[in-house]
Amino acid sequence: MLLNKLNKIILALTVTLFLGACATQQKATTTPTDDAYTGTETVKYLADGVPDRVFFATNKSDLTSAASATLAKQAAYLKANPNLNVVLEGHADERGTREYNLALGERRATAAKNYLISNGIAANRIKVISYGKEKPANPASNALAWSQNRRAVTVKTN
Amino acid sequence: MKYKILKIIFIFFLLTQKTFALVSVDITRGNLDPLPIAISNFYLDTTITENIKKLSIENKIPELIQNNLTRSGLFFALEKKSFIQKPDIAHNRPRFEDWAFIKAQVLVTGKISLEKEGRLKVEFKLWDIVSATELSALAFYTSPDNWRRVSHLISDKIYERLTGEKGYFDSRIIYVAETGPKVDRKKRLAVMDQDGYGVKYLTLGNELVLTPRFSPTSQFVTYMSYYKNLPRVYLLNIETGIQDLVGDFPGMTFAPRFSPDGKKIIMSFAQDGNSDIYTMDIKTRIVEKLTDHPSIDTSPSYSPDGLQIAFNSDRSGFQQIYIMKSDGSNVKRISFGEGLYGTPVWSPRGDLIAFTKLYKNKFYIGVMRSDGSGERLLTENYYQEAPSWAPNGRVLIFYRETPSDVTGKGGGAKLWSIDLTGYNERLILTETDASDPSWSGLLSAK
Repeated sequence: MLLNKLNKIILALTVTLFLGACATQQKATTTPTDDAYTGTETVKYLADGVPDRVFFATNKSDLTSAASATLAKQAAYLKANPNLNVVLEGHADERGTREYNLALGERRATAAKNYLISNGIAANRIKVISYGKEKPANPASNALAWSQNRRAVTVKTN
Repeated sequence: MKYKILKIIFIFFLLTQKTFALVSVDITRGNLDPLPIAISNFYLDTTITENIKKLSIENKIPELIQNNLTRSGLFFALEKKSFIQKPDIAHNRPRFEDWAFIKAQVLVTGKISLEKEGRLKVEFKLWDIVSATELSALAFYTSPDNWRRVSHLISDKIYERLTGEKGYFDSRIIYVAETGPKVDRKKRLAVMDQDGYGVKYLTLGNELVLTPRFSPTSQFVTYMSYYKNLPRVYLLNIETGIQDLVGDFPGMTFAPRFSPDGKKIIMSFAQDGNSDIYTMDIKTRIVEKLTDHPSIDTSPSYSPDGLQIAFNSDRSGFQQIYIMKSDGSNVKRISFGEGLYGTPVWSPRGDLIAFTKLYKNKFYIGVMRSDGSGERLLTENYYQEAPSWAPNGRVLIFYRETPSDVTGKGGGAKLWSIDLTGYNERLILTETDASDPSWSGLLSAK
């Protein structure tokens, strides 16, 4: 009886460990260099509870789950304010060549734009501009500043 | 003397050989054995008026020649105090033993006279002290206020005669002058002589400007501007000041350069998260798309014969250097070392491609052959990029940034040059911070 119970516990533990290993492994393969900023420093708000920017990992333009959540809020806000137009400003950190960073900024801003479009915002309400590494939000030369500078910022144009 | 000339050529040859032998991260530094040169003051003949005497160009011209030659790292200028012979007598025919006594191997002398209509005649002679012969003699005619230009032309002639290579002193550099705090940087186009003299600002700084590049004749500049907050490529005639938008693209155009015949501008166009490479014929306005790939394709640079294009792409997942034919066919990756590679620029000689490399959080300026072999890194630093070749393909100019503190202070961009050999790294002084340098061709080659 006791042995049976112990067996069950061991089985449960094994399953937990196995699942745990799976989760870790999956995380490791999908986001190998996940150094995207997750804090709120430098963040401004389009409206109460609607952050104006999303952050990216080094050299990446895929949206993190936090970025998608922010953009979902932005989409809801834009839906509620149908006369509002925005420009998405794409940026890169200073640790890359200027021309590549211009392209990377455009790719990041477009990733954010596409998310808004797929959430029902008309494409003609959204413009895109890339500043590459030209306009850092945080001018320091350290990993924190660079993570805050790898961003796409939604700015109201009217 | 013959021996010394051969020796310089021989050194070049040796280093070139070494270039191709090294593969891994290796930065070679040190000193060549520079040639001892005596540059005498020039002398003013009796035709020179009081007004011209005030310019004291008989001292300034040789001084500028001396600056050029010593900055090349190939020459060692002897102290004027040790010169025994007077400039006029030396120019007629030097007493070679006097110059040999102070260990000079070559001597430069000159004479300045005034022609009719106020034109200046500047003549110089180059003497081989060891074999006691005149190596070359030339005269230039110019207006008195153009004495700097003449000094650069004479420097090029001396360099050419003694190294067997074309010179690069009669040339200019266009760059971006930077002022103001890092979060709100003001950027202006600026142009100056290659020695940093005579800077002129071409834009006011009302809008962000980036990556200026000279046309082959140096009369035009193509660059990127955020005029009216629309990032686009522009064409500027620096003699008339007239500027034009390049093409009618519905999005950002950037990373422009001229084709070697000056007829086309090659650049990137970004749309819907994808950057591809395009050319536009300046006269016919015909636009051609050269790459069609969902990755970032940018930083295109033509080979000097116009048949191939080097560019930067992340189609492998990371920034690497590729080459293709000028019609966009035969795309081939050429960079395979560790790290990321960007900003390929084809040497005016056609044999090498200069690049920026990011490896283990350091930035390198390096060169490789156009088939990707013989990679050699010239300089390592915290941040540096954007190499541009001197007209003779022997020197590279680039910009370097220092890190800023938590308040954004302390960082700044400066221009630097380095020889293809990896020797002779030098800061180029500018009035303001400076980035994105681009070297012109020889102005006299126009």
